[in-house]
Amino acid sequence: MAAILARHPDILTRMAGHAALSILIDCPDLPCLVLLRPDLGRATLHRAPPPHDAAIAGRLSAFLSMLHGEEDGDALFFSGRLQISGNTAAVLALRNALDDAELDLTAELSALTRLPLAPLARALGPRLGLSLYRSA
Amino acid sequence: MDLVCPAGTPASLRAAVGAGAHAVYCGFADETNARNFPGLNFSRAEMAEGVAFAHAQGVKVLCAINTFPRAGQQAIWHRALADAEAAGVDAVILADLGLLDHARCHHPGLRLHLSVQAAAANADAIGLYAAAFGVRRVVLPRVLTVEEIASITREVAVETEVFVFGGLCVMAEGRCALSSWATGLSPNMNGVCSPASHVAYADTPGGQEARLGGLLIHRTPKGAPAPYPTLCKGCFTSGDQTGHLFEDPVSLDAMTLLPALKRAGVTALKIEGRQRSRAYVTEVVRAFRAAIDAVEAGRPLPAAQLQRLTEGQAATTGAYAKTWR
Repeated sequence: MAAILARHPDILTRMAGHAALSILIDCPDLPCLVLLRPDLGRATLHRAPPPHDAAIAGRLSAFLSMLHGEEDGDALFFSGRLQISGNTAAVLALRNALDDAELDLTAELSALTRLPLAPLARALGPRLGLSLYRSA
Repeated sequence: MDLVCPAGTPASLRAAVGAGAHAVYCGFADETNARNFPGLNFSRAEMAEGVAFAHAQGVKVLCAINTFPRAGQQAIWHRALADAEAAGVDAVILADLGLLDHARCHHPGLRLHLSVQAAAANADAIGLYAAAFGVRRVVLPRVLTVEEIASITREVAVETEVFVFGGLCVMAEGRCALSSWATGLSPNMNGVCSPASHVAYADTPGGQEARLGGLLIHRTPKGAPAPYPTLCKGCFTSGDQTGHLFEDPVSLDAMTLLPALKRAGVTALKIEGRQRSRAYVTEVVRAFRAAIDAVEAGRPLPAAQLQRLTEGQAATTGAYAKTWR
């Protein structure tokens, strides 16, 4: 997470004070929960929910579609595919900051690992039904 | 007719331009604009970059400075006007009388649009804004019928702009105190209606509860469409009746009325949603640009599937064709 934030410093600028809050990502199709502390550049994995300021719950496909700008966060929420609890302002700040950053998860992982992951992502994404990269 | 599109972030501005906007509206990241939400809006540098990007594609940028300056703090709003002009915006969208006067006196080259927040809903009021401050366009409140819009457009010498899609404010905008009553913060003064900082969702045995300032606004069955908790679209119990007293939690979609709005003489069609994502902006702008092009060419309206993007997963033509209960 620290590497992504270093490449996209505007995320922290947009989140302002909300970056110091802890946001729990709860995907039932992942084996663990993810706790974000954006200001510390920290993402930690947990088996049980740790103390947190806000939480977003939903399937991985919904998170990835939102991250890659294919689906609207409010529409996912209105339709019940995402649920939020706790500090709503922190959730909005994170969502808006990530939307503006136009992240491409595959490109971020490629930069991190120095491996050409795009062909693998293009092959795997449709099979898994997941948005693994940002369309042009 | 011009399509005026929302941009809460630079990425959304680029998305709107790419999807076919004729103009984009946006605001600075402070209380000077009516969408002062966490993580949204533009720094001064981002505004200048956004204007340059849009102009390179032949798209205009309108800067919303449409809240009402607080006593003793007018300098914040005056600075926003000067910075918008320096960034090269094509117009500023204002609501406050004092700020309109300041703009007319100190920034005579700036084109002035009257914000919906001014709630100017008749020809006499609009005529006064035009005569006194040189306002060139008025954004009409979302409480008028198409016939009333046509009547106003015939009577006034300024352009008219109407909302055609997105969040539906059903109150006299700029004068609504419901958000202030529940949270102490309002779109008029702070740029936030029902601010997220005062919103709480919780799963309960009775369903998902949405509260605003501690007040229970909605309780929906788990998995059912969940509206954002605003008082005007809240669920109330009165006597033995429970329901949405003022308005259902729905969004505006006036696409089918575009031919009628063209006949009414409307200059610009506005999409609400600066707080929404670039995915929303792309899809809605693309659909409405195709619809406008069809209307202008005399073709039938194309089919659009925008309902899943709306609050409550339901849409209305609002007051444009309202049957009041």
